[in-house]
Amino acid sequence: MREEIIVSGRMNPNIDPYLHIWHWQIPLYLFLGGLAAGILFFAAYFVIRGKEKEYPTAVNLAPLIVPILLILGLFALFLDLKHKLFFWRLYTVIRLESPMSWGAWTLMIITPISFIWAALNIRQVFPRWDWKYKWLKDLEAFFVKYKVVLAWVTIFYAVILGVYTGILFSAFNARPLWNTSILGPLFLVSGMSTGAATIILFSRNHEERKSIARTDLLLIGIELFLIVHMFMGFLASTQVQIDSANLFLGGPFTAAFWMLVVAIGLILPAILESLELFKFRIPYYIPPILVIFGGIMLRFILAYAGQMSRWLY
Amino acid sequence: MRYAMAVDTKKCVGCSDCVVACQTENNVPIGYCRDWVVEVTDGTYPQLELELRSERCNHCDNSPCVRCCPTGASHYEKGGIVTVTHNKCIGCGACITSCPYDARYSHPDGYVDKCTFCIHRVEKGLMPACVAACPTKCMYFGDLDDPKSPVSEILKTRKYKTLIPEAGTNPQLFFLI
Ligand code: SF4
Ligand code: SF4
Repeated sequence: MREEIIVSGRMNPNIDPYLHIWHWQIPLYLFLGGLAAGILFFAAYFVIRGKEKEYPTAVNLAPLIVPILLILGLFALFLDLKHKLFFWRLYTVIRLESPMSWGAWTLMIITPISFIWAALNIRQVFPRWDWKYKWLKDLEAFFVKYKVVLAWVTIFYAVILGVYTGILFSAFNARPLWNTSILGPLFLVSGMSTGAATIILFSRNHEERKSIARTDLLLIGIELFLIVHMFMGFLASTQVQIDSANLFLGGPFTAAFWMLVVAIGLILPAILESLELFKFRIPYYIPPILVIFGGIMLRFILAYAGQMSRWLY
Repeated sequence: MRYAMAVDTKKCVGCSDCVVACQTENNVPIGYCRDWVVEVTDGTYPQLELELRSERCNHCDNSPCVRCCPTGASHYEKGGIVTVTHNKCIGCGACITSCPYDARYSHPDGYVDKCTFCIHRVEKGLMPACVAACPTKCMYFGDLDDPKSPVSEILKTRKYKTLIPEAGTNPQLFFLI
């Protein structure tokens, strides 16, 4: 028998009895970042493929909300900071070793890009929009002319942003549950899936909806595959990672993870989307809402459980 | 120069004087601490083994906390001491999450705080407050590059271990066993 106790009475707030320094702000920030990355990815992808006509919502409508998502995300990050007056310090250095740093810089680059996309499509909402100044009109004409180049730049940064939302966790070797490089692709794919879901929600075009739903089905499949691999990796690893996987395999997060993320957020929408493909009539908004719900839950549960996982002394 | 500390688990009696000395010296806010004492009991009565460890930041040579800091607030001072520059820290909490030893905390004023090896005393040639206060003299501090320093001398003669070396941080707090 081995018993370890801190006899001097350490009770540092948010550190003891187990780490809980990151509350809702960070998972929300990661969710919004992933969603923005997903929407931008599809918009840019269809422009590159020259399919703007077939996917009007993905290319024209959905990008309009991306600036809002990114600003809300940055605001959530700001709320997480405990020394807020020094926020600007984040943008005085680039530290490539620190995901927090290069992620903040990626957002600094992709936010203006998302504004360009929104500006190009503003007439979707305000058909009589007029840029008033000549230089703004010239700028618009410039981006319309080089839209494919813009799309390539966007797709590049969208993938970086999507992967970053997972790397922010996986770079911490101190938290064994996060310390798996699968989180990068997993969060990217999950972000793309929530992006696809948002497009479906906005779309009024039946063909577009059907085609995006098919893509989403594929993305959900990849996500399930990555989750299975994540657990296989953990269980074949050292005791610290086995223990961290056990948080989901009998531990306190078991019900939440398998029910909210896997069953309701992945498997159920996958079944509904498959049924739709076989011409069953299902309200089109149900699967995407479930997917978005699952995406939020994935991040919250991983954020909280990851902080509980730790090394053994 | 490489500052390090050795703690004798055989001499420590678990009085927690080091904790109080640190809190007083460094004006640690009420309810927080930068060092703490762990008591490990092994076996079943009457065959019991006891180990007492006064723990704190390990001032790791390969610190994840320095690596993950987005602003460079967490950094190495001379002699490898890991400290936080308060007015560079944005309080993002990345370093707190990155430390396998949970040695850091978020100061009520917003910045992140932790053991500094009492760098303000060390610069004046004094010992860290915990080392100076220990009634059993169970802690040794000094420069590992100086073979005559107390910590180099004791590590030459005693067996020692570090905590979770497999986390790859290369801790510089040694426990004599
Ligand atoms: S013990 Fe933790 S806070 Fe101290 S240097 Fe190592 S990783 Fe950083
Ligand atoms: S909380 Fe402060 S010291 Fe820690 S990583 Fe963030 S900026 Fe750096």
